[in-house]
Amino acid sequence: MTLLAVERMKLLTTRSPWWCALLALVLTIGFSALMAGTSDAADPMNISATQFGYGFGLVVIMVMAALAVTTEYRFSTIRATFLAVPRRPSPLVAKATVVALLAGVVGEAAAFGSWGIAKLIKPTSDLAINSSYDWRAIAGVGLVYAVAAVIAVAVGLMLRHSAGAIAVLMIWTQLAEPLVQLIPKVGDKIHKWLPFNVANKFITGNPDPSARDVLHGPPPSDAVLAPWPAIAAFAAFAVVLFAVAVTVANRRDA
Amino acid sequence: MIEAVGLTKRYGNTLAVDNLSFSVPTGRVTGFLGPNGAGKSTTMRMILGLDTPTGGSALIDGKRYRDLHQPLRTVGALLDAKWVHPNRSARAHLAWMARSNNLSAGRVDEVLDLVGLTGVANKRAGGFSLGMSQRLGIAAALLGDPQVLLFDEPVNGLDPEGILWIRKFMHRLADEGRTVFVSSHLLSEMALTAQELVVIGRGKLISQSSTEDFVAMATENTVKVRGPQLTALRSELGRAGVTIRDEGDSLIVSGMDCADIGELAARTQTVLHELSPQRGSLEEAFIQLTGDSVEYHTDLVDGATPATLVPAGK
Repeated sequence: MTLLAVERMKLLTTRSPWWCALLALVLTIGFSALMAGTSDAADPMNISATQFGYGFGLVVIMVMAALAVTTEYRFSTIRATFLAVPRRPSPLVAKATVVALLAGVVGEAAAFGSWGIAKLIKPTSDLAINSSYDWRAIAGVGLVYAVAAVIAVAVGLMLRHSAGAIAVLMIWTQLAEPLVQLIPKVGDKIHKWLPFNVANKFITGNPDPSARDVLHGPPPSDAVLAPWPAIAAFAAFAVVLFAVAVTVANRRDA
Repeated sequence: MIEAVGLTKRYGNTLAVDNLSFSVPTGRVTGFLGPNGAGKSTTMRMILGLDTPTGGSALIDGKRYRDLHQPLRTVGALLDAKWVHPNRSARAHLAWMARSNNLSAGRVDEVLDLVGLTGVANKRAGGFSLGMSQRLGIAAALLGDPQVLLFDEPVNGLDPEGILWIRKFMHRLADEGRTVFVSSHLLSEMALTAQELVVIGRGKLISQSSTEDFVAMATENTVKVRGPQLTALRSELGRAGVTIRDEGDSLIVSGMDCADIGELAARTQTVLHELSPQRGSLEEAFIQLTGDSVEYHTDLVDGATPATLVPAGK
């Protein structure tokens, strides 16, 4: 508990997490407002469309999480940390936990904020949260952000440089995963199992059978797992990656 | 007490620290001396568990640093004053460290007061001068009121006022009975600060002794004798079995003090124009001892004044 408090103090006494959280909220809620503003009777607002900005927020949150580690290396406060708590896995696990919690809170605020603003702008549209799909599409965002934050912390821990870590995360989520599909024959099969595609399944999977235009929300995932096994697999992947990163950081000279 | 036994650190083909064994006695200021690149910082980082030794071990009161419970209460360290997030305030920096070792928040104010940073405690650390950063680093080292303190080149780059402040602070810590291990590449600084000296060069131990013994052993005390007619005195000195060296029209005598030479001159009725003791500088002694172990040698060494040879910075 002490270490969680320490990491919370460290995270929130710097500026970048605040800016990233703010940016994530502006992006997600802003896009929802845009979608709501442009919707009409022929093309009504729906739950899926309120979460249009989910992917943009995800990227910003991962940048925040990676920076939480890499700035510690940049300013050598990681050494001060290891001097204070020399058994390294504990402070690193505490850091990942705190960053994931913050990411989760920002994710929920972004998702429900997006839903709320759409409801404000178009009070007449059907935005009732009824089905399990509806709940996952909105409340699930925080969960995906939290797990993605752990992945970003792991990447930051392994690479130790802000630019390198952010580049890897960007290329991975924005380029590598979608482009894998272009590989002939096996591309689609591989893509079905890539982590962020699997995570998307949790948000977009098993859609509400009502007339929903999928193009209005985050693109549906082609992952074969059902939504809950999908998030479990995503989380398991994050845990394994993080464990590898902690092992590396523990062996390496600080 | 800090004890290094066969401490070794290898980076690729380079042996940064080579089978280094020494001990830092309790309750004294021990200087850790060596030219730049001798392995001082690496050794300190291994003592503090930041770097893993390739071989050997470093123990603090018989324990590895990693095995210490709440280590800030046992060991305080200042390796680099810039190990602070620039956008964090001095107080926030100390606050998280205090919390990590279950130290009271009141202790943060105490150490800020101790180093005279209370007035700027809520200012961002990135705006601090080197002297202020150094004070913040010392405040961090003192947080847990530890009995063992390690400082790596604490006066490096400081202005005279800052150097004096650090020097006085070290003495105060030692007077309180703490064990202080402080590294430097400046022997003159160490001679003023340290009671014990551990001297290394190229990662190897050169000597461990009291500062007095080191200086006496390393510096040669000679007497300069100048006069119009020194032949008689010279032969007398020769008979006394001392070493004589010519330098222009004067003799440099080692092995006999001024008084004895003066009496000898009176006996041989020699007119003297000068009879003065010459003290070898500490820098000269240091270079003599570590001369072979400077990592990046230049040809300048033989010709230039020794005092200017010790390069600044780490």
